[in-house]
Amino acid sequence: MLYTLCFILFAVGLFAVSTQKNIIKIIMGIEIMDLAVNLFLVMSGYRADGRTPILTREVSRPEWLAAAVDPFPQAMVLTSIVIGLGVLALLLVLALRLYGRYGTYDITKMRKLRG
Amino acid sequence: MSEIVRTVTRWIFAFIATYGVYLVAYGHLTPGGGFAGGVMLASGYVLLVLSRGAKEAEKSLGLRPAKALDSVGALLFLAIAVLGLVLGQGFFENFIQKSTPGEPLEILNAGIIPLCNIAIALKVMTSLFVVFVVMASVRFAGSGEELEYTSEEE
Amino acid sequence: MELFPLFVAVPLGVAFLAALVPKRAARVADVLGNLGSLALVALVVLFYGRTGAVHVGGWAPPVGIVLVLDPLSWFILATVSAVTLAVTIYSIRYMDRYTGRGKYYALFFLMVTGMMGVVATGDLFNLYVFLEIASIASYALVAFGCESEELEASFRYAVLGSVASCFILFGIALLYSVFGTVNMAHLAAKIAALGGVTGSTTLTAGLVFFLAGFGLKAALVPFHAWLPDAHPSAPAPISAMLSGVLIKAIGVYALARIVFNVIGLTTTTSYVLMAMGTLSMLFGVLLAVIQWDFKRLLAYHSISQIGYVVLAIGLGTPLGIMGGLFHLLNHALFKSLLFLNAGAVEYSTGTRDLQKMGGLRNRLPVTANTSMVASMSIAGIPPFNGFFSKLIIIVACIEAHQWLFAALAVVVSIVTLASFIKVQKYVFMGSLGEKWKSLREVPVFMCAAMVLLALACLATAALVVPPVRDAVLRPAADVLAAGAEKVGMVLGGVK
Repeated sequence: MLYTLCFILFAVGLFAVSTQKNIIKIIMGIEIMDLAVNLFLVMSGYRADGRTPILTREVSRPEWLAAAVDPFPQAMVLTSIVIGLGVLALLLVLALRLYGRYGTYDITKMRKLRG
Repeated sequence: MSEIVRTVTRWIFAFIATYGVYLVAYGHLTPGGGFAGGVMLASGYVLLVLSRGAKEAEKSLGLRPAKALDSVGALLFLAIAVLGLVLGQGFFENFIQKSTPGEPLEILNAGIIPLCNIAIALKVMTSLFVVFVVMASVRFAGSGEELEYTSEEE
Repeated sequence: MELFPLFVAVPLGVAFLAALVPKRAARVADVLGNLGSLALVALVVLFYGRTGAVHVGGWAPPVGIVLVLDPLSWFILATVSAVTLAVTIYSIRYMDRYTGRGKYYALFFLMVTGMMGVVATGDLFNLYVFLEIASIASYALVAFGCESEELEASFRYAVLGSVASCFILFGIALLYSVFGTVNMAHLAAKIAALGGVTGSTTLTAGLVFFLAGFGLKAALVPFHAWLPDAHPSAPAPISAMLSGVLIKAIGVYALARIVFNVIGLTTTTSYVLMAMGTLSMLFGVLLAVIQWDFKRLLAYHSISQIGYVVLAIGLGTPLGIMGGLFHLLNHALFKSLLFLNAGAVEYSTGTRDLQKMGGLRNRLPVTANTSMVASMSIAGIPPFNGFFSKLIIIVACIEAHQWLFAALAVVVSIVTLASFIKVQKYVFMGSLGEKWKSLREVPVFMCAAMVLLALACLATAALVVPPVRDAVLRPAADVLAAGAEKVGMVLGGVK
């Protein structure tokens, strides 16, 4: 099933976040996780032999309702992508600032805080 | 960047801006809408940053007006929502559609939705512009030292 | 009831107006911020005792988003507004040390918008959106001072918070793929028809994802690793907000709402919650005793006290839920007061190390006295509010025959008392060090905020008196205790 692809991607992203040392790779791991969840959400709206959920002049309303793919997950994913963009912008600026302070992107060298 | 790139990107900027405005304006009829149109408009500025450098791209709009327009866009969206409350209909109610409904599938339709699209597009365009210009202007003074920005705040 | 969305609209408007304020006009931003929090308190008073639902945009659920006001939502909204007011009063002078006051209030009120939205909404995806608004604003606020320590703490917090949000969204996606709706009332009805959480493995997977995601947001063990770094590094008013209300509104409240009202509590879930709560209690307090950094110690105590709340709510009995909610309110009040005190001490002395302080009692009288009130509250000494809420929790454990958990709760309470005796001794008692001889008390606004919270700590002890309790606490606890059956009635008859 295609849904297992989403779980695999999610696991790959989680692995990247937990084991990588480079800050940029950690950020990429977070984005992969976001991607996996968005993919799952869009796929859950699928209907076999479905049409795009756009109302046009030629098609009548009940026939369109019966044939269209579910548009609600698409709206949710749009919002989720925007949120992911906001988080990405913040994380990248933090990464840039950290590079300016420490001179490296290696997170094991940034140990000013005691665990 | 070479002279060819700089000239061609100046022309392409106009096409990109037109396409972005189209996405925003037809947002209630076809896929697109406020966010996608705003990102498209911002990508025109991203092209400027890539071809001409952050300093010149910053001059094209200016960081301070962009930040102000950012907040203005958000306040405009909130004002439209609260206007529904003030006019007695309910928060975020589509009061234009309820009082003067338009023809379906026409561009002057769907009440407050095109107005909200415009506000969102304004906000997204300016905020992505600010983020990209600031991140592109970062200069590191030596390695491991304080980094300096060309603008005073991020 | 039509004015209910103002809870979200007012802080949002204040946030973007504050972002417009130029750098030189910092006082304008202060006035704006405090007007905003006063408006929120006024709204809370206005909506006391009302219940209802608002269909945003006129679209009925499950097509549209519905904002719900029931006694539990009101209770949490009141808690958040009270702490916000005290913190904005405190910020008037504390934030003089930082630049960019307009941006600070913008981010602050975005965080408040997010929290208000999480509490007010009746729709799962809307909850996720507001949760993200609050979380992203808090990541930026932790890094506000831009020191290396703050940036590092903020990065770690942001990474773990984003992972948590992905878990939560995955849970929502799993629930949507099975049931086709994200409206809470609608979902509750469908899940009850299916026979509870064991009816579908996808639903159980969704519950596990929710426990992981919201557990990370609420800093429950084993997901607590970000809190001891993030809370001390933030500016003091932000630490107060984070520890006092953020982990409660988006962590504990959201978890309780989903587990009780949407999915339904089962014995397994109850035991899992109680286990996570007890582990948090123990870990938090044992790691707190060895700390010498004032704010880090307070952060570990936050983990411990949230463990109390989750243990009590996880019991599932009406008395347990009531104790848990009471302790939630009390912890919001005394923990934010403690963080404001730590900030005041840092403002005057410039250090957070307990071993460097001593004898500050004479130089900082207001700080010392309010700190004594807060320490006695958290340690559970009568007549302060902490005593009553901990008593209710322990009695609820005994009533439910959970002897081990009750005993552990008592032990943790004693260790908390020991820890705060140490804090009081090292910071305020003892002889005055040489370099502290010329200290002055912190400015008036900061004192006013601390006194306000201290008085509230005394006043909320009255919530244990039966008439007051039945007016405020019992309706809130009943909402959770009734679980899924009452949801349809309260949320306005969704089929």
